Order: sequence, then structure tokens, then C-alpha cells
Amino acid sequence: MMSVASSTTQSVAAAAGWKSRLHFFWYLTRRSPLTLVGAVIILMVIVMIVAAPLIAPYNPDKLMLSARLQPPSALHWFGTDEVGRDLFSRIIYGSRASCVAAFMIVLISVSIGVVIGCMSAILGGRIDTAIMRLMDVIMALPALVLAMALAAALGPSLVNSMLAVAMVRIPAYVRLARGQTLSLRERVFVKAARTFGASPLYILRWHVLPNAMSPIIVQATLDLGGIVLIAAALSFIGLGAQPPTSEWGALVSTGRNYILDQWWYCTFPGLAILITAMGCNLLGDGIRDMLDPRLGGR
Amino acid sequence: MMVAASEILKPTGQKPAALTIDGLSLEFPTYAGAIKALDDVTIEIGASEIVGLVGESGCGKSVTTMAATRLLPEGRYRVTAGSIRLFGRDPFAMDETELQDVRGKLVSTIFQEPMSALNPTIRIGRQLVGVIQRHEAVSEAEAERTARGILKDMLIAEPERIMRAYPFELSGGMRQRVLIAMAFSCNPGLIIADEPTTALDVTVQAVILRLILDRAKRTGTSVVFISHNIAVVSQLCDRLYVMYAGRIVESGPTRAVLEAPQHPYTQALLRCLPERVEPKAELEAIPGTVPNLLDPPPGCFYRPRCPEANDQCFAKPPSMAPAPDHIVACWRRETIQPSIKASEATQ
Amino acid sequence: MTIMRIIIPRFVMLFFVVFGVAVITFIISHLIPGDPARMIAGDRASAETLMSVRRDLGLDRPVWDQFAIYVSNLLHGDLGTSLRTRRSVAGDIATFLPATMELGAISLILSIVIGIPLGVASAIYKDGPIDQVARTISVCGISMPVFWFALVLVLLFYAKLHILPGSGRIDMGIALPTRITGFFLIDSLLEGRMDAFWSSVRHLILPSAVLAFANLGVITRQIRASMLDVLQEDYIRTARASGLRRRVIIFNHALRNALIPSITLLGLALGDLLYGAVLTETVFAWPGMGTYVVTSIQTLDFPAIMGFTVVASIGYVLINLIVDIAYMFADPQIREIG
Repeated sequence: MMSVASSTTQSVAAAAGWKSRLHFFWYLTRRSPLTLVGAVIILMVIVMIVAAPLIAPYNPDKLMLSARLQPPSALHWFGTDEVGRDLFSRIIYGSRASCVAAFMIVLISVSIGVVIGCMSAILGGRIDTAIMRLMDVIMALPALVLAMALAAALGPSLVNSMLAVAMVRIPAYVRLARGQTLSLRERVFVKAARTFGASPLYILRWHVLPNAMSPIIVQATLDLGGIVLIAAALSFIGLGAQPPTSEWGALVSTGRNYILDQWWYCTFPGLAILITAMGCNLLGDGIRDMLDPRLGGR
Repeated sequence: MMVAASEILKPTGQKPAALTIDGLSLEFPTYAGAIKALDDVTIEIGASEIVGLVGESGCGKSVTTMAATRLLPEGRYRVTAGSIRLFGRDPFAMDETELQDVRGKLVSTIFQEPMSALNPTIRIGRQLVGVIQRHEAVSEAEAERTARGILKDMLIAEPERIMRAYPFELSGGMRQRVLIAMAFSCNPGLIIADEPTTALDVTVQAVILRLILDRAKRTGTSVVFISHNIAVVSQLCDRLYVMYAGRIVESGPTRAVLEAPQHPYTQALLRCLPERVEPKAELEAIPGTVPNLLDPPPGCFYRPRCPEANDQCFAKPPSMAPAPDHIVACWRRETIQPSIKASEATQ
Repeated sequence: MTIMRIIIPRFVMLFFVVFGVAVITFIISHLIPGDPARMIAGDRASAETLMSVRRDLGLDRPVWDQFAIYVSNLLHGDLGTSLRTRRSVAGDIATFLPATMELGAISLILSIVIGIPLGVASAIYKDGPIDQVARTISVCGISMPVFWFALVLVLLFYAKLHILPGSGRIDMGIALPTRITGFFLIDSLLEGRMDAFWSSVRHLILPSAVLAFANLGVITRQIRASMLDVLQEDYIRTARASGLRRRVIIFNHALRNALIPSITLLGLALGDLLYGAVLTETVFAWPGMGTYVVTSIQTLDFPAIMGFTVVASIGYVLINLIVDIAYMFADPQIREIG
């Protein structure tokens, strides 16, 4: 009976155009205020990344040896580090390394994954089988352990750790993109395009990709939170951003040396990681729920 | 007028009614407003009576009976008017434990999805025994014996084998028999058969319906057959209720309704039946669509699709009023001639 | 034995995966900039020493031969020699593995024992206060940087409150229990040494809480989602319409079906657990594989890193194989017809 109520709700939402759809999203947002919280957090992080020089009260790299390891105060909100740099400013600027790294990782793995996945689906046959078996093997392995080994071999740096994490995330998107392409290929509008003599690449570009993107984007949003954590973790164990760079994981790592007496040093950068990851997860969940037709009416 | 209506509605038996629904209105609140699923629905099912509830999908048939057993998702609906009596008791006055005692023991429901209505990870026997032992103080062995007996009554040749099987090992028809057996297992006073054969092959349908009917007749159980197919129901039932958009539009003894349908909707339903149409004639469909129950039209809900509608039908919804041998909710009942003659209707 | 039709391909897959691990780690160890022979022999080694080290390692032979040697060594359980400890990597891992397994097992048990009831309650009382709390916990668990949470707990319970130890497996003054299983909790009980047992318990509290919390989020979320799916199935409606008790419906009918898809996710969650263990161990100086590999990373001890990767990968694949087989036995549809 639930189905009667929910299917009616959906058809109402579908029938009534964008105005009602906006209303529908607003209703969902109101029903799950956490999604709104997630969106606000992500918005704040983006502002932080773009407007870091405007927000940060100090130059994040300016040494002030007279003000080493100061506790939080009106002057230095989050205190200062072992060479007197303002931690608040370093965290603001750190968002650039941490979040942009996470975003780049997702971007790289999505682009490569989608290209391989679509190609695999279109080429079919033995190439498809070979690619998918390879992806099965990679997916059967513990991804983060592999990323650690890879990052260690490439040499510790932010770019290398990004590449390593992106590499192990590729198979998930290959599978998703391949599945989407295969199911779309059977849909009538794609078959119709083929009967008009459209080339496979044309079909891929104009028919398959636009329709396959929405589940891939949902997956990517959901992944982003986890990737922020992984990027920070690799920096923490010394595989990612190296100390002079201000990056959240690296800040926690250095702050760890001062944990017994200077609690603020590793507390605030970690809080920044937690809040950012939480924002990604809340927003990702919200977007998924909005796009999931099964949950639409609930 | 109301007196006359209730006179005609009076069930035939002497015992108290199995289910009485009086003027029930019910809605589902959603973000866009309330969906008025039921509006002033009045139904009475007497003891040992076989009653049909007919209408298009989404007209509120299942909502009506699920409200009576309180199987609708709690907190997602509102009863705005009316009352329900299940064997004289108000289900909305019962707490969860009392409801659990009533369901399966006093009233059982057979749902329309035999493929998914049985738990896939539990053997058939256990599922049956679980229900029997829930309601009867019997030993495991006794419950198993009862289960075997009912399965045999359902014309299942090897009840032992079926009881050891998992649902996915059985065909749809076999699963539906198991579900019927489960519904009858504690000898309930009322069975609600909610489109019990819709998902099945036509050849299996007749057998299944006959099984339900025979067993009900033998045990004196009342049955509500819910269906969108007026032909199927009319062969089984003593009385019929025709529903449209959350309202009862016509009701009465099956014969009276079929022979002299008064409501244009009932007439249209009958004209849609392939077996009633001359071989060469065109098969009809009812033009238009079911009204949006979020924002229903004023007046009679059938008016936008009704060929007979006039100004009166816009003004306000018609109430139930007597017609020859039964009652009907239509402003134009006096002027409409039954378009299907009695001679055609009898088969 | 139709079930073998499913299990055998899994073993074939296992073979490919192990081979894949070998290829990947081999490639990675050849990506390393610098001369491994020089790393072993040291900066001031003579040309002759370098040559002999090279010959010992097989570095003077063609790549294919090197790969064959590598695989054959792996098959014999030879993971090479650690540059840092100068001992065999396999031996080192055998030393450090039990500590990691003890921590992992306790955390896994904790997160399952709390996560399943929490997920079930959350689904049953959807949108109610319990659900809000459970969802908050699970989103915190999923978003928590493990290493930072570990540091915060150390700060609170060790540095500020002084009620729990902040590092190691056992107090300094207490003699280690004799190694029987390598699990301190079990070994100390076998020996009847309660002081060692309680000390181990106290040392386990913080690290296992950190690791369990991260896993708890994943488990709660998974159980909640599959319970919600199952609760709206038709057979639950049938059960309700038959008047079955709510408790029976939830535990015998719904939970059983909700747990089956969760089994496979449990196997995948072990990957997160392994990675979480690496970070947790680092913070708590827990003498397990995680600490070993991070120290190896920091000292560029590649044989140790690759050895860890091989062992962790094979272990992960094996556990997932077992989980998949368990899944088949839990689902009658697969078990009965295969």
C-alpha cells in the first residue's frame, strides 16, 4: 500500500514541471535538514579555498619566532605552531592543498574510469573481457594498502599520493560507466540513432555520456568525503604533502609531536578534516536520496 | 434516503457482520497536500457472505481493506471521518498486540504478489507452522499436521515436499496456494482476497478462485474479493461494490448490479469486457483519466469522463440513493437507461 | 555438489588475484628510483661488493628472470630481507601479525555487536530520535579521520585524565606473556597471569575504540539501509497480515534477510579495517603490521613494504573468498540450486 501513496507522489512531482520540482527538493531538504548542513559546509569550504587570502588574518608561512606555540587567543584564534606561524591562517590555506587534492583525485579517477569503461562496453569482445578481469583483480585487492605501496614507490609527495589514490579508485568508475553504457546501448533512442547511421563516437558523446553521468556524479560526490580522509591520512603517515606545505593531514602529523602540551596544534586541523568530510558525506547522501526514485516519495 | 439505503444494504445472514465500514474518509498527507484516498466509503460484509469490491487500480479498494486491518503504514495516513467495526470491534481502538491477535485469526489477507509475498529464506513449512502456532496453542507436530491438511485441501499433491521447499522452488500458482493455505490456516471469520490471481496465468486463475470460494463456503468464512475485473468477481460474489476514485459509486446484489447497472461508470466497465462484446464490434475503453486525488474536481468525480453529465453533476457529489434492487451514487440515475439489457447480462 | 560450480571459479579467480598482486608489487619495486643493491650494501660499498649483492638479488639478469625468481620466492614464503631490520620480511610479519589481528578482531567484534542493533533500531524507528542518533553516529564514524580521532583520545584519556595508557600493548613493567597464540589476551589467560591480562585489556581500550568507531559507521549504515529495504518487502506485509508478533517479524523474518546482503559488505569492510589499523597502530605505537609498514615507508624499506602489501592483499582476498562462500550458504536460493 505504501506503493500506492509513493507512486502517486512521484507522478505528481514528475508531472508538475520545474516549479513543483523545486518545491519537491525544498520539501526533501526540509525533511532532511542534514543535507542542508552538508551543503552549507561545502559552500563554506569552497569560499575558504577561493578567498583564502581575504579570510586568513596572517601570511601562513610568515615565521614569528617570538610567538612560538601560543595557545588560542584573540590574536591567534587557533594558536601558533613551533615557529610562530598562525595556525588559523595555515588551516585556511591548507584547504587548498587538502580539498583540491581530493577533488583532483576524484576528477582523475572519474575521467580515466569513464573513458575505459565506455570503451570497454563499446569495443566488447575479448578486449572488454580482458579489461574487466583486470579491474576485477584490482578491485579484489585492498585499495588503500595498494595506494600506500604505490605512493611509497613513487616517492613521497602530494602529487604522487594523489596519483596513487586515483589509480586504485579507477576500477569502481570503470564498472559503473561500463554498466551504464551497456544498459543505455539497449535503449530505444540509442538504437534509433544507430539506424540513422550515427557513428559510435557520436552516439557515445551525445547519447550515452549525458545519460550515464548522473549516477557517476552521485557516486563521485559520495566518494569525495572518503577521499578527503585518505589524502589527509597519506600526508599524516608522511606519504603526501611534505611539512613546509600547509596541508591538514601534514599539520596533524607535525602537531602530534606537541600533543602533550599544545593540544590545539593537532586538534584544529583534524577538526577541519572531520567537518569537510562530513559535509561531503551529508551532501552526497542527500543528493543520492533525491535522485533515488525509490526514496522519492518517502 | 439513508434509511432506504441501509435497508437494501442489510446483509442476508442472521449473525453479526464480519466487517462494517461506515462513512470512512481517509487521506495520505504529502508535501503537495493531502491525497484524499477514500471519501465516505460505506461497506458491510455479513457473516459467511462473499462480496466483491471492483474498480480500476488506484481507486482505493486495497486502501479500504488495509485500513480495516490497520495494515497501512502507521503515521502516513489520516482517518478524517467514519468508523470501522471488525466483528463488532474497532480496529483503531486496539493496541498493537490486540491487532496481532486479530490478524490471521479473525481476518486474513491474501495479497496479489505470490512471487514476493513469502519469505525467501524460510521453508514453506516453517512459515505455515509459525502462523498456526502464533494463534493456536498446539504442539509443533500438530501444527505441521494442520498445515499438511490445509495444503492438501489446496489440491497440493505432495504437501510434505512443498513444506520442505523454499518459496523460489515453487511456481507462482503453487505459491499462491500456499498463501491461501496460510490465510485459512487458523479458520478466520473473514478473508480479504486482494487481487489474488492477477499475477497468475488465466488457466490457473479459475482454479485458485474456486479453491478460495469452496473452502470459504465450507467453513462459513466471509470473503471480500478485490479485483479490477468485474467479470471475474461477478461469478463469485453475492454482492458487489463498485468503487471509483475513492468513492463507492454503486452497490447491491451481483445480479441486480449486472442486469441493471445504473451508474455510467459501472456501465462503462461492463462494456469494456471482451466477452460481452459482439465478435465483430469494437472493444471499448473508458475515455479520460482518473481524477487527481490531490485536487479532485468539484461535484461528481466521474463527471469529467461521464457522457451523461450535466450542471447538477458539477454542483456537488451525489449521495447513495436507491435504484431498482440496489443503490447508486449518480444524479442522473433516473434519466439513464441501463445500456446493457438484462438479456445480454446473463450469461 | 552444484555449489562447487560456484566455488571453483572463485579459486581460479583467487589464483589470478595472487598473480596480479605479484605483478603489481614487482612493477612497483622496479619503479623505485635508486639502486636497491646500493641501498643494501650501503653508500661506501666497493664496486665488487655491489656486484656481488646484485648477483645475490638476481639484479644482473633479464627482467623476466627476475620476475620468475620473485614469484618462486613468494611461493616459498620468501618475501625478501628487510633493509631496516636486516631480518626476513616474512619473519618480521609473523612477529607483528598477531598484534594486528588481536586489535582488528576486538574492533570488529565491538563494531558488529554495537552496529547491528543500532542499525536495526534505526530502521525500525525511522526518522525517530533513535534513528537521528544512529545516523549522526554513523556519519561521524564515516567522516572521522582515524589518525586524528586516535590523537584526540590519547590527549583526553592519557595526557589530560591519566586513566588509560596511550601507547603499546602492555605496561612496561610487566613481563610479556609467553607466546602461544600471539594474542596477549589469550596467552596471558592461558598462563593464568591476570596482571598481564588486565594490562593488555587497558591497552586495548583506546585503539580498539578508535578502530571500532570508524567501522561502526559503515556497519550501522549498511544494516539500516538493508533493513529498510527488507521491511517494505511483500513478505513482511504477509507476516504482519498473519498477525505474527512484531519481535518475530523483525528478528526472524526481516533481520535474517537483511543480514545476507550485509555479509559481502563485511568482507569489504575488512579492507577499511586494515587501513584503519595502519593509522591507529601508528598513533598508539601498537607493535603490529601497521606500525611496521609505516616505519618501513618512512625509512624507504621497500622489501618490507612490498612484503606487507603481498601478505595484506592475499589475506584480504582469502577472507573475502570465505565471506563469499558464507554468503552462498546463507542464501537458500544459491545453496539449494547453485
